[in-house]
This record gives sequence, C-alpha cells and structure tokens, in this order.
Amino acid sequence: MSETQATPAMALGGAAFNGLISIREAAPQAMIALRGDLASIEVKNAATGVTGLDMPGPRGANWVGDRAILWMSPDELLILCPYDEADSALAGMAGCLDGRHALVTDMSDARSSFDLRGAGLRDVLAKLTPADMSRTGLPVGELRRSRLAQTPAAFWLKSETSAQIICFRSVAQYVFDLLKTAAQPGSAVAFFDR
Amino acid sequence: MSTRLATGGRLIDRTTPRHFTFNGKRLTGYAGDTLASALLANDQMLVGRSFKYHRPRGIVASGAEEPNALVGLGRGDRFEPNQRATTTEVFDGLEATSQNHWPSLNFDIGAINARFASFLPAGFYYKTFTWPRSFWKHLYEPIIRKSAGLGRAPDPEARDPDSYEHFHAHVDVLIIGGGIAGMETAKRIGETGVRVLLIEQDVDWGGRAPVDGGEIGDQPPEDYIGGLLASLNAMDNVSLRTRCMGAGVYDHGYALAYERLTDHTPAAKGPRHRLWRIRAAQIITATGALERPLAFAGNDLPGVMLASALRDYVVNWGVSPGDRTVIVTNNDDAYRSALILRRAGLAVPAIVDARVLPQDSPLMAEARALGIRILQGHAIDHVIGQKRVTGVALCAHAGAGGAVIDEIACDAVAMSGGWSPVVHLWSHCGGKLCWDETRAMFRPDHNRPPTGDKGQAFVTTTGAANGMFTLQEVLDDAVATAAQITKTPPMTSAAPQAQAQEEAPLAPVWMMPQGAGVHHRAKAWLDFQNDVKVSDVQLAAREGFESVEHAKRYTTLGMATDQGKLSNINGLAILSGALGADIPDVGTTTFRPPYTPISMGAIAGPGRGDTFQPIRRTPIHDWLAANGAEWEPVGQWRRPYCLKRPGETTHDAVTREVTNTRKNVGLLDASTLGKLIVKGPDAGRFLDMLYTNMMSTLKPGRCRYGLMCNENGFLMDDGVVARLDADTYLCHTTSGGADHIHAHMEDWLQCEWWDWQVYVANVTEQYGQIAVVGPNARKLLEAVGGLDVSRETLPFMGWVEGALGGIPVRIFRISFSGELSFEIPVKAGYARHLWDHLLSACRDFGVMPYGTEALHVMRAEKGFIMIGDETDGTVIPQDLGMDWAISKKKTDYLGKRAQARPDMARPDRWKLVGLETCDGAVLPDGAYAVAEGRNANGQRKVFGRVTSTYYSPTLGRGIAMGLVQNGPDRLGEVIHFAKSDGVTTIEARIVDPVFYDKDGEKQNV
Repeated sequence: MSETQATPAMALGGAAFNGLISIREAAPQAMIALRGDLASIEVKNAATGVTGLDMPGPRGANWVGDRAILWMSPDELLILCPYDEADSALAGMAGCLDGRHALVTDMSDARSSFDLRGAGLRDVLAKLTPADMSRTGLPVGELRRSRLAQTPAAFWLKSETSAQIICFRSVAQYVFDLLKTAAQPGSAVAFFDR
Repeated sequence: MSTRLATGGRLIDRTTPRHFTFNGKRLTGYAGDTLASALLANDQMLVGRSFKYHRPRGIVASGAEEPNALVGLGRGDRFEPNQRATTTEVFDGLEATSQNHWPSLNFDIGAINARFASFLPAGFYYKTFTWPRSFWKHLYEPIIRKSAGLGRAPDPEARDPDSYEHFHAHVDVLIIGGGIAGMETAKRIGETGVRVLLIEQDVDWGGRAPVDGGEIGDQPPEDYIGGLLASLNAMDNVSLRTRCMGAGVYDHGYALAYERLTDHTPAAKGPRHRLWRIRAAQIITATGALERPLAFAGNDLPGVMLASALRDYVVNWGVSPGDRTVIVTNNDDAYRSALILRRAGLAVPAIVDARVLPQDSPLMAEARALGIRILQGHAIDHVIGQKRVTGVALCAHAGAGGAVIDEIACDAVAMSGGWSPVVHLWSHCGGKLCWDETRAMFRPDHNRPPTGDKGQAFVTTTGAANGMFTLQEVLDDAVATAAQITKTPPMTSAAPQAQAQEEAPLAPVWMMPQGAGVHHRAKAWLDFQNDVKVSDVQLAAREGFESVEHAKRYTTLGMATDQGKLSNINGLAILSGALGADIPDVGTTTFRPPYTPISMGAIAGPGRGDTFQPIRRTPIHDWLAANGAEWEPVGQWRRPYCLKRPGETTHDAVTREVTNTRKNVGLLDASTLGKLIVKGPDAGRFLDMLYTNMMSTLKPGRCRYGLMCNENGFLMDDGVVARLDADTYLCHTTSGGADHIHAHMEDWLQCEWWDWQVYVANVTEQYGQIAVVGPNARKLLEAVGGLDVSRETLPFMGWVEGALGGIPVRIFRISFSGELSFEIPVKAGYARHLWDHLLSACRDFGVMPYGTEALHVMRAEKGFIMIGDETDGTVIPQDLGMDWAISKKKTDYLGKRAQARPDMARPDRWKLVGLETCDGAVLPDGAYAVAEGRNANGQRKVFGRVTSTYYSPTLGRGIAMGLVQNGPDRLGEVIHFAKSDGVTTIEARIVDPVFYDKDGEKQNV
C-alpha cells in the first residue's frame, strides 16, 4: 500500500447498534483465502507461519488477538491478520508454497465483519441461522459456515459473550439490518441461557 | 341467558377488569378471559353469520376447534379477519367485529338464502351457473362472492406495523401439547438429561384435566400439574413455551411452531409472533382430543355447544352459557358437564342419552342422585328457537323423527358425540391411522408411523392424542412413551395412580334420530363454518362422489378455516353410511399443516421491509444513490439504469450519458462484473474445456474474449479472460452470472475432473471496478497519473498493473462500447477513493458517469451481444454469428458435441442480424417477425424476433438486433414485426448488426 493512501472505506463506516446484544461493524482486517492440501507441510507452514498459530482441526478456529486461522472446508483455510500486513502475508505464504499446487487470494476487501457482544448472542444468531446454536451444537472456537436469513455467512464464538460474523461486503447493510431486528428490545428468547 | 357466575372461574382475575368492544359496543371482561368467555359473560350469544345461508351462529367450542366465533380484530393497519374468539385473550382496548353479515349482525338480509336452502344444495353453483359461460365471471361470481365468505380481507394499502421473527431450535425431543400427557412425558424424558422442548398452544398448562376432575396420587389434577411444572422448570435441559402451537411436522424431524408473543399485550415491545423452526430427533404429539358434535336438526343454533366447552366456560371462566341446559349425548363424558352445571347451581332439566344401558354407569348414577332426569334411548328431534335456543323437542332415537315425545324449555344445549384424538400432527408427515371400533374413532396406527431417513419412526404420540382418555390411561401411556423414547424399561418408575369414574362405552351416533328424515337431515349441520349438512354429504354420495377427497371438495366439507376439526369424522361417517361402506374403508381426508391458521407475518419472519431480500451494494452505491440513480435490479445487485439530473426524463438522461461518453469520457461502476481466479497446472486445460475458444494459448499480460456453453451447447455466459501468470487466469463473467459460473466450475472440478489440479476463487467482491470510456479516457488517466497507459505500453486487449493516483490498480484495456476504454479493478475499500479521484481529476475532459442503459445502447450500437438479451437458453453461439469464437482445433469443449446435433447444425436456424425500422422508430422489445398464414395451432406464422431494441442517440434513430430465419443471407430485405396488438405491423430492414464504427477504429486509438 502506498503511503499517500487513505485508510480503506468500511462498507457501513463502522455502524453499531445496542439492543439485546451489542453489534459493531469490525475494522478492516486482512483475510487471505488459502486453498490447498491441508495435510501438506507447505500449506501448514504457510498458515501457521504467517499467524504464529496452530493449525485448527476440521471446523476449528484458532486465534489470538486479530490473527486467526479458520478451517473453511477440507481444502480451504481463511487466514486473518492486521489489514496493513496483507501484502507481506501474501508474499510470505507464496514463498512457503513455492512449487506446491495451492491458491492464495486476498479477500480482505471482499468481506465485512461484525463483532457481537452480550449474553444473548446465541439467541440472536439462532433467529437468523438454521445452524444449531446450542453450546454443544456450536462450541466456543468452532467456525460455522451457514447463512443468516438469505445470505451466506461464517461465524464463531470467541467466548460465550463474544462472536464474530464474516459476510460478503455487498450485503453488509442487509446483515446489519437483520442483526438489529433480531436484537431488538423485547425480543429475548432465553432459549440458550438456561 | 348467558352470564357471569357469582363465583368460580379458575383462570380469571376478578380484580382486573378488561374493557373491549364488540361491533362498537363497550363490554367488560376480566384478565384471563378469552374473547369468547367475555362475550358469553355479556350475554352475547350471537357472534356471526354462517358462510352460505347467513344463519345466526354462536360459540360452539372453547378452543382451537371453534368454527363459528370468528371475528375481525383491530382496525386499520392492524386489522385481521377470521380470528377465533375462543383463542383470543381479552385485553384493554381490544376491538372485535363480527363477520359476514349485512347490514347488521341482528338483521341480515342474506339470511334469506336460508329460506331457499333447498335450492342451494351441494354442487349448486357448479350445476346452476354454468350457462351462459361469460355470465359466471361477470355476474354470478361477483354476486356469490358478495353473499358468501367470512371475514373481509384487510385494505390492500394497509401495512402491518408489527415485527415478526423466526427462531431455529435443535432438540433431542420435541413434545407438542402441555396437558398431563405431554408434561408427564417431558418430565420423565427430561430426567435423562436430553434436550427437551415442550410447547403448549394455550396460556395455561395442564390441558383438560383441571376441568374434567378426578385425582392423581391423592391430589386434584391442578395440584399435580403444578408439581409437574415445578419439576420441569427446575430442569436446565427442558424448555417450556406456552402460547406456542405445534403447527406442522415435516420430513427429517422438522417441525414448525407458532408462538404468539404480544397478541394479548399489543403495547409491549418486541415481535408479535415467532415462528419456531425446530429440528428434533424425536417428536411426540400429545395434542389431546376434540369432542364431536351430534348431527340433529337445528344443532347450529346459538346456544348449542359442545358439552366439554360448556363446562370449560363454567369452571375456567365462571361463565354460564345458559340457565337451563339440556345435555344430549352418546357417551358418559357429557355427564360431567351435567354434574358441573348442577354443582354451580344451574338447572339441567334433562340428559338426553341416545344409548340404553343395561345398568347405570357410575357417572349416570351420580347424575341421577343429583335428581337429574335421564332420558335413555332418546334423541333431539329439533331445536326450538330463532336466533338462540329456547327449547328442544325430543323423540325416540330409533325413529325417523317428527314424532315429538316432549318439549323442554331451555336456553342452552350441550352436545357430545364422543371424542376424536387430534391426529393432525401425527398425520402431517405420513403417519397412518386405524379405526378403533370400541371408541368409534381414528387413532394413530403405531405400526405405520412417520419415518425418518433410516426408516425409523420419528413421531410418536401419547395420551388422548393416542386414544387414551381416562386419567389412568393417559398417565400409563405417558410413562410408556417416555420409556420407549429413552429406551429404559417401562416399569422402572410406575405411573401415579389416578382416580376417575369408570365410563360405560359410547354408542356411535352419526345422525340423530337414527333414521332422521329428509327435513331433519337438511337442518342437521356437519360443517358449521362452511354450511354443510347431512343431506349435502348424502347427495354427494348419490351423485357418485365416492372418494372422501372428492366428496370434501364437492360439498366443501372441512374446507373452511377450521379445516373440519369438528366435522370431518361425522362427515365421513355419514358418507360411509350413504355408500354402505365401513368407515375405515372410506378413510379420512388428508391432514395438512398448519394445525390452525398462522399469520403471514410469522411465515415471512425477517423477510420484509429493509430485510425483504439481500440487496447487494457496490462500494460506489452511496455516491450513485446521492446523484440521481434510477435503480434497476441486476441479480441481487442494484445498478443505476441512469443518473438523472434535476428536471430530466429518463430518456433525456440516457441520451446525455451516451452522447457524452461518445464525445468526451464516461465513468461506469462496473463493480458487479464477475471475477473468478482460476489457478493451477491444469488451469489452461480446464478453461479450454469451459470456453468454446482457446484460452491456454493466451499470453500473460493479455486478454481474450470467450464464450461459455453448457453441456447442451447453449450459450450461458461470456466475458474477457486475462492471463495473470503462467498458471493463473482471471475470468470475467456477467454480473448476474458470477455465482452460477463459479458453481459451474466447482461442479466440473469436483464431480468430473476431480484429478485436475485447479483451484477457483470468486473474487468478485474483492474489487470495485470502474470503466473509463470515451475519447478522453486516456487523457483522464494521465491526469490522475502514475501509470503509462499509452497505446504502445497498453495496447487493446492488454493489461498493466501499478498505482493510479497512489491507489494500487490493474488496468484492462477492453471495450464494451466501441470507444477507447479502460476497466480498472481496485480493492473495494479504495474504489470510492478512485471514483472520486477520477471525477475531480480534470474538469476539461467532460467526465460524466453513466448507467446500465447507456451501456446497453452503446454495446448495441456496436452489435455486441448481451447474455439474457440475445440468449435465452435456446441460443447457440453459431446462431449469433460467433463461429469466430469457436475453436476448430480443440478436440472437445463443453457443448461441442451438442452443437453437432442435427437441430443445432441445420442451416435455417434463426440467426442474429441488425434491424432498422424504415421510419426510424424503435421496434417493440420481443416483437415477432410475422409471415402470412397460420400454423397447425392456429397461430400466426413467425420467423424471427427482436432481442434488443433501443433508441440510438448516436445515430438518431431506432436500432435493434434480432434472430431471423436465415437472417444473414437476407441483408437488405424488409420484414414485418407485429406490434403488441398482434395485428398491426412495423416494417424493418435487415442490416449488419454493427451500426457504429464497423472497423473498430475508435477503440484502437
């Protein structure tokens, strides 16, 4: 990135809402899609080297701060790191993968992300996703690729009161509007907090 | 008269009055009342008029099965028709209006239909109003619709201001019904620790048991229910919901439940209804049973109620539907109503029992001990009264009626024809029924349950829903069901002992008296809501409607909003009698969800208003919205058709945008363009199979236009492919095609060519894309600065990478307009920066954004095809004269073999040509080229059609493209296109499809 550049525009300019839980559009973050043979040492090194995190198992999410490795499918990972490290991370990963068939693509700008905080977040998400949002259905630290109403989304719980959602940038407004409605005051379900 | 009793009413709070109106009349009830109980407490016995004959109708039931007491609730944006008074909780400010009456409930002109009832039998409309044919639509139907019908539809302009939501729950066991059976089962299953969801449609737990009495383990049922509820509440793994009705059961353990959150507290915050979308490993229906009416003459008069409902009103709400109630029954259970009425101090002049028992059953003995007159072997000959019951005339049940033995003055009649298990939810997903001869009812056949993916039963049923009616049977069944589900031996924890009086068996009575004559049958109602009588069903049978499904549709039995909850069994028993067949051989009609109607709002959930559907917005969307964008949908994207300036028409704006782009420079937000990265050692080979032309020979740094066909040879997408490096390609797709083509690629890679080393990524949204188009395009980019875009460095169909105005970009030199044109992808987070930069870089060049219509006009002027305009799924590249884009060298590509089939290869296919109207007008879109004569179907012969048509500001005339038989061989010929009237035609000349800059000089500068 050139120094003359402004910071990247967020889809909703950092929109936020407080209801049953608090919802905030997360700051831009580097997201790098890595497709390859997840069992190969080169792919593992590319993912773990750039994040300093262990490889997650199927459906797993490993994270520290704003770095993460998300298991997306049997041949795909999503690497998260600070936005301004995207280019160096891409270069570093390409170096690890030299000669091995793999695909590394920068998806940082293709996605929007929301932080959810509060005790009722399992209830709020269960209004929008058909995935099982119970503690056993989606334990803390497991990534779920599902949908929110009519649009694809991935999400994971960082704790019982904190979750992150990743969706396509073009539908950020739709997802934010959905979350606002699902978290409207007076709509608590109290299904998961028994 | 019906009135509030001085004492009693276990569900009401007499210290909390509730004020409401019925047809504008101010009335008062208590907290805990239903609208039905509050109306009865105010002596409002008449609540509506019937569907067909406008007969006066009163409240019949006390719950979800109510057919008559349907009212309109609320007003304006919150008006809802056909709401059941029996399940509507009274709140302050409730406004209810009765339905289907004119001019008023008490004086209804339509009631004259009843005088002519003998002229309005089943199938009357089908037989009578068939001639002359046109009269049906214009005369008969409007009049019939005015006279028939229930509630009126809300104002089409009304907008529901409430919100609704969905909730997805995954549980081990879903139990539907919170009576004794459901609660006992839930407790026992819950104790094993599995996840249980127990739902109850009513406000209160316990079902009928508190009214029907008896004892469970030395406790009255109410106390036992309290204990059950406390233990269920104490279990973390058990969720309980009231006001939550099991609406439907579907494949794979999917169930819908309908929770009414704020219907009773309309001022409360939050959603009004919540639709529960439940996945359950096991579903248990504990849905209870419904009492059946008896079919006797005048059984629809206000004041005739179900015996169980009558005692519900007394016990639950302290309301007496009448001072003197005659009980008519074929079973012992109705005696409970007599006992309860007497103990409440009300008169029961007689119990009319169709049976003749050899000795008194315990309940009968108890009634007799209270001094109640019991008339065995008797029947009601007819009910006396106009708008409400004033008495009954009795006869022998064994006779044909008419020989009245006695008349008894009364103001209420409590009828009971026995009970039918609520088998709806068991049946929704294929559970079968068996006929229980002893109890004269259909109950679930456990040998034929609804089955899941492994053939396992995923629905079971317990309690009264399973045909178990006594307290002890219900408790034993709950224990057995829990043991079966938890796979523990049933005897580990025995059921509590219940005390309830033993009952003598019922005698099936489908018509009263047994041999009722024609006059009686024509006044004996089966379906109260749809006005179907015994005589109608018998007529249907006589006319050959032998299948129960046919008879249902012919007579409309069970087709009203109550779906025949009270009428189905009686109706099919009458039908089987008329056919001389056994009841189980006639069978039931199909039970379909929902169990009772649910709101459209709940079904839509979040799918309304801003969240009706996902709208995809580009990074430049906000700028476009602020600058006059007239939006059009492109897939789920919104793109500007044009950007209107104040005072401009749409046509003006498009003309201005085209002209400016051709003269100066235009900017297009092309962010929606599909962008797929295809990478790997086999990427070239893969693309050679997907595109009709050769992609593997493309050099890095260069672009090539390509066509993509499906296996059937039809053109499905097109776009420019850029080679990024030795094994990486960027494939551009149409805006609407990105996701589809991505899936298409993954399909072939995963299913057919799984061993090819190729990865695909959809990076459409990673980049905003801006097209800079027009003679001044290069100058504009040079003004922004940072990249050499000269003809030498960046020739046509080349691309470069670098920073433009400090923003990292890639620039493709490609053109969809015929002008000098650059397409610039930029990271989405910086797209708006670049857009602003380009707009403000230099005012001298005449930079001006344009929309999709200008894009379309310019591509049509150049004769470029558009997927979806020139193609419609039946068009092959050869039809479009695009043989040049089909490789002759390749041994194969998707569609190649199909394109060799005789129909694809025949020489007289409709092929692409340009069209110019002789007078310069614009051809109608989709117009057909017509020939003389008609085809075998009597249709006008056609030999071509318009695929794209525009006014060209550049040429100052209408231009079009079309597919015409042998078109390219007919250049210069004038043909005729039909206007939308199908008669008048427009002349147009077949021309070359390239109207503008045929040599392509402008894009090559």
